[in-house]
Amino acid sequence: MTAIPLSWTLALSAILFSVGTFGVVIRRNAIILFMCVELMLNAVNLAFVGLAPYAGIQGQVFVFFVIAVAAAEAAVGLAIIISVFRHSESVDIKNFRLLRW
Amino acid sequence: MTLLFQEAAHAAAEAGAHGAFHPVAPWLIVLLPLIGFVINGAASMIAARRALPKLPPVGDPHWDAHHDVSEQEGHAHEHGAHPAGHDHDDHHDAHDHPAGPKPWTHVLPSFVAPGVLIAAFAVAVMNFLAMLGADEHGRLTVERYFSWMPVGDFQVDAALQLDPLSMLMTLIITGVGSLIHIFSIGYMKEDPGYPRYMAYLNLFVFFMLVLVLGASYPLMFVGWEGVGLCSYLLIGFWFKEKANADAGKKAFIVNRVGDFGFLIAMFLLFANLGTLNFVEVMDRAPMSLAYGGAVVTAIALFFFLGATGKSAQIPLYIWLPDAMAGPTPVSALIHAATMVTAGVYLVVRSSVIFTLAPVASLVVAIVGALTAIFAASIGLKQWDIKKVLAYSTVSQLGFMFAAVGMGAYAAGVFHLMTHAFFKACLFLGSGAVIHAMHGALHATHNPADAQDMRNMGGLKKYLPVTFATMGIATLAIAGVPPFSGFFSKDEIIGAAWLGAGGHSPFSQAVLFGIPGTVWMGFIGGTLSIAAFMTAFYMGRMMIYTFFGENRTGETERRHMHEGNWTLSVPLIVLAALSFFGGFLNVEEHVPVVEWFDFGQGAALHHWLHPVIAGSESVVRANLGDLGEVHHAAWPIILAIVIGVGGLALAWVMLSGRKLGTATEEPSFRTGFGRVLYNKFYVDEIYDVLVVRPVYALSRVYSAFDRYVIDGLVDFTGRLAQGLGMLAGRVQTGLLNTYAFVIIVGVLVVLGSFVAL
Amino acid sequence: MESFYSGSGILTFLIFFPLVGALAVYFSGDRNARQVALGVGIVEFLVSIPLFWTFDHTGTCLQPTFRGGAQDMVPAAMQNCVATPWIPEWGIFYRLGMDGISLFMILLTTLLLPLMVLGSWTYIRERQRWYYAMLLALTTGVVGVFVALDMFLFYVFWEIMLIPMYFLIGIWGGKERVYAAVKFFLYTAFGSLLMLVAILYLFFKGQAIFGTPTFSYFDFGQLSMILGPREQGFLFLAFALAFAIKVPVFPFHTWLPHAHVQAPTAGSVILAGVLLKMGTYGFLRFALPLFPLAAASDTAINVALVLALVGIVYAAMVAAVQPNAKKLVAYTSVAHLGFVILGIYAFNLQGIQGALLVMIGHGLSTPMLFFLLGMLYERRHSYEIEDFGGLAASLPIFAGMLVFAAMASVGLPGTSGFVSEFLVLLGTFRTHPFAALIAATGVIFAAFYMLPMVQRMVFNALDRPANRTIPDLNAREILVLAPLVVLILWIGVYPKPFLDKMSPAAERLANGMERARATYVALPQSAGEVASMPR
Repeated sequence: MTAIPLSWTLALSAILFSVGTFGVVIRRNAIILFMCVELMLNAVNLAFVGLAPYAGIQGQVFVFFVIAVAAAEAAVGLAIIISVFRHSESVDIKNFRLLRW
Repeated sequence: MTLLFQEAAHAAAEAGAHGAFHPVAPWLIVLLPLIGFVINGAASMIAARRALPKLPPVGDPHWDAHHDVSEQEGHAHEHGAHPAGHDHDDHHDAHDHPAGPKPWTHVLPSFVAPGVLIAAFAVAVMNFLAMLGADEHGRLTVERYFSWMPVGDFQVDAALQLDPLSMLMTLIITGVGSLIHIFSIGYMKEDPGYPRYMAYLNLFVFFMLVLVLGASYPLMFVGWEGVGLCSYLLIGFWFKEKANADAGKKAFIVNRVGDFGFLIAMFLLFANLGTLNFVEVMDRAPMSLAYGGAVVTAIALFFFLGATGKSAQIPLYIWLPDAMAGPTPVSALIHAATMVTAGVYLVVRSSVIFTLAPVASLVVAIVGALTAIFAASIGLKQWDIKKVLAYSTVSQLGFMFAAVGMGAYAAGVFHLMTHAFFKACLFLGSGAVIHAMHGALHATHNPADAQDMRNMGGLKKYLPVTFATMGIATLAIAGVPPFSGFFSKDEIIGAAWLGAGGHSPFSQAVLFGIPGTVWMGFIGGTLSIAAFMTAFYMGRMMIYTFFGENRTGETERRHMHEGNWTLSVPLIVLAALSFFGGFLNVEEHVPVVEWFDFGQGAALHHWLHPVIAGSESVVRANLGDLGEVHHAAWPIILAIVIGVGGLALAWVMLSGRKLGTATEEPSFRTGFGRVLYNKFYVDEIYDVLVVRPVYALSRVYSAFDRYVIDGLVDFTGRLAQGLGMLAGRVQTGLLNTYAFVIIVGVLVVLGSFVAL
Repeated sequence: MESFYSGSGILTFLIFFPLVGALAVYFSGDRNARQVALGVGIVEFLVSIPLFWTFDHTGTCLQPTFRGGAQDMVPAAMQNCVATPWIPEWGIFYRLGMDGISLFMILLTTLLLPLMVLGSWTYIRERQRWYYAMLLALTTGVVGVFVALDMFLFYVFWEIMLIPMYFLIGIWGGKERVYAAVKFFLYTAFGSLLMLVAILYLFFKGQAIFGTPTFSYFDFGQLSMILGPREQGFLFLAFALAFAIKVPVFPFHTWLPHAHVQAPTAGSVILAGVLLKMGTYGFLRFALPLFPLAAASDTAINVALVLALVGIVYAAMVAAVQPNAKKLVAYTSVAHLGFVILGIYAFNLQGIQGALLVMIGHGLSTPMLFFLLGMLYERRHSYEIEDFGGLAASLPIFAGMLVFAAMASVGLPGTSGFVSEFLVLLGTFRTHPFAALIAATGVIFAAFYMLPMVQRMVFNALDRPANRTIPDLNAREILVLAPLVVLILWIGVYPKPFLDKMSPAAERLANGMERARATYVALPQSAGEVASMPR
């Protein structure tokens, strides 16, 4: 059995991260935005796990931290989106520009 | 009072013993009118307050509702209709004649104002007597009172200088001034502003005395500007009429142009001589200033600029005719006898400087002569009796300047003195005429102009005293012997002929390539023509006013009568002085004149000699002895011919003429007469060339200031705001943007780590 | 008592007593605020008066200074000195001192304080306690500026003065008060910031050279001898800009008309009476003595003369066409202070003494004008000239006062205006004759702007009905104006006591600048410039 080359793992991680970033920058639907953020986090997880055999078991441990934080963040963020949705019947972030100059 | 008299007698006696002159409280002469001002001013303020209605105080809550400006938008102007011609000496609204006994605020000034003047005159006389007792070289004293402006090497004291010149001026000011104050009692006592008038008059005399008695140029300048202030206040005395207030404003501003010249001359003087006290300046000037040099010429010319302002010469005479808007006694005192002579006094006081600057003196003489003829020509066609006298004053002042410009300082002062007598008499006389005319027109509610000669005529029947006194003064001003004007005017014109013959210290000066002798011949001719014109227009004035048929009206005539003694007595005194005053300075060894033995001749010359001595020594030092002066006979004959001839021609041409009243008779619609009547349109020319451009430029500057400079400042503010807005665009409020920025930031940080 | 006045307590008292008074005013509530403020003002004024007689210009005080690392005591020609450490780690001392120049500035301030309170008696109807507290706090800052001898302390007081003024204009002012207040604040603060940079530069330089940190005025003075001409030039520019904005010198004057028109009466009074003098005081105390070579350079002299002359002539002309009376008087302030700059730059005793007298005299006549306009505003709520006319008939005392104030402003002999302008012109003529010639036309322009205004307000026909039913000045208002009238006449007729007290300080400055000028002319690189300098 041949191991998966590290470069492929990191490449996949990078691609997923970029997709996620691109989505965060471009997408207007708040929930989709969150999904992209989760995508970025998971891409990072992938990178950690991929590097674990080479850099130490801390990589895999750190994934747990990331998952926990992602979950907390998703919970809070989705709660905000729900309350915002209740206020304005939409999750399009173009409507929430109150912090505009 | 008696104490002072004793002091004076003492001083005279002592002076005789030591030759020196001990003054008798000269500060009192100056202080008395000031005290009068304070008392009368207080009375005026109290009277004004009493006349006001009772109103709720400021800060009262009911206040604002009635007086906010925004409330006034809809209100139309409430204007009483002003009948034509009622803007001169008559300012009585129908409500202004309070019935019943006068309050003390109106009675007190009648005593205080003339009283302080007479007291000042008395003290002046005492000093004069003391001075007479001293011998010729002891007649100068400088009394220092306190240090006024001590700043390093510039030290000016509050000091009074008593010498023959200032003494003479003081006597004229206080003497003629007293008479005019007395006249004012009768003339102005019905006016609601009477206490204020007397206060201003006193203040004026105070400043005028400071002017002539000050021992240094800055102190003289105090008086110089002070009389300008009083002139402003008195010309605009009836300030409710815009025209009067305008006239006062014009006088002040035009005077200020002259004051600028005075200031520059003072600075030049101080920069070169290190002092501004008269005695020291006259001592140091011949030594430190080159004869005929640029510096001393500049000083003299700048002083003369000041003199043209104050003494109404070309180019700054324009305020004087407008000044006739003030009460007539004011015109008599300020614009005939005293303030306008300040310029002549300045030149004589600075005789040393002017003698050191022959070209400048020539300029003075030429300008004086030109002014004399210019103003006289305008006077030929004026209908307002006061305007005739105003232009006459400008013209006579021209004579005085011509005299002093030619080095005949004593002649100039002599004419100053005689002019004070007869011009004051003429103005007061015209005041009596106007007073009578007012009385007549008022009684019949006739709106005609009381000052227009076309409305007069044949008044000699109704105003005999006025007629007689004005007649004497007219003969004096026309230069008919043996009235005073003849002697003084003849001396001036004679000086011109002498100068043309090379006997003036300035005969050899060259101006614009023309030598002084030629100029002086020109001056002599010009002055002779001006003298002829003077006689003519004065005759014209007398004829239109006093002779012929009366044009005022049937009913009006019945109300016309002389004023009370306060009006008549000063006239008589001044007329007497106009007659006898000339004998003070009869030239010795002059043909025709010497046929009559007038006693000690040329008294004024001798009297003023100590003052002019400095100038004479300069002449001796630079030009040598000018030789004996031989008076020819023909100038005297010519002067008599001019004087009598002018009057005669006026009689011949005008006495038979039928004149309509002001509304009927046109005011010269055609020809050169129109130009003269409109004073050569000089005021209009000034308006176009000076006043309007300055205002236009000021408006340009104002707009520049508001839009360009302030605009620049506001622009920086707006720039900062704009940049801020621009930078604020980063805050889109969009989550995406923020996320993007975070990511970019992370990349940058990571990248920098990699790079480094 | 003697020692209080000759010692160090008096200045501290004069500075901080109004601040304490401000607290007292605040706590006494809106109704009593003005009485308490008046009491504070009168006490302050009475306490300051004896300074006039106890002032002894020969007295010196020892100031600690650092020279070459060693601590020395230097006799300074100042009186009533104080030098206590404040933040010694940074060399900041609470350092005060007074000489002939600051003496009169202090007296002017303390004189105007009770007059301002009295003048605002019925004018301010809301938030009185804040208003009077601000007025008093402002006084603290102003007096502090005039006696501070530590650069940091001076800067603190300079900036302190801005805030109460901002509030005074911004809260109790006219329609566009916020704009005016903001403009005033930002413009002045901008200049001050540049000055702060310069101060800090000097501080660091001093720290490097002396070895110890110091903000002392005297140490900075020592520094100036070490600085090169270019350095001096920049530093002088920074200081001069800050002061030029305050004076105000053309073209940095445009904040003044807005500030004056929008400010309440007392605001205008203190602004024109004292705040503007802070700018000229800054020139006299700091800009010129600290950077003499730069101040005496050809560029500086030419620029100063040109700007002063522009101020005198241009500002007078602009004033003449203003329809708003307060704006007109604002522009006349620019013109008058042009005389001050001119006099200072004459570099001789007459010019500098004249400049100082103009500062004092203008601080009396212009507040008088503003008081009068304010009294008129209380009656008619307008400053527009054309809303008036013929007031002499219904307000004779007001009219008399206005004419008097106008004459003082115009420089009529017998008033302070004449003596001061005459001395300035005389001094200027000795060093810059053509400049004096142009400046002397200022007397013509002064009449040109003042007399038409007086005529349109007070003479002519009384044709607006509202003007007929307004009351004349009451006793309180006359009381406000009377001291100003008395002082204007006193300085005009007998200025000797004032001149004598100012002359040592003025002489020191004049001599210093003459020496600086000589040094500058002798410098090798300026030889070319000297040939082209207009005289």
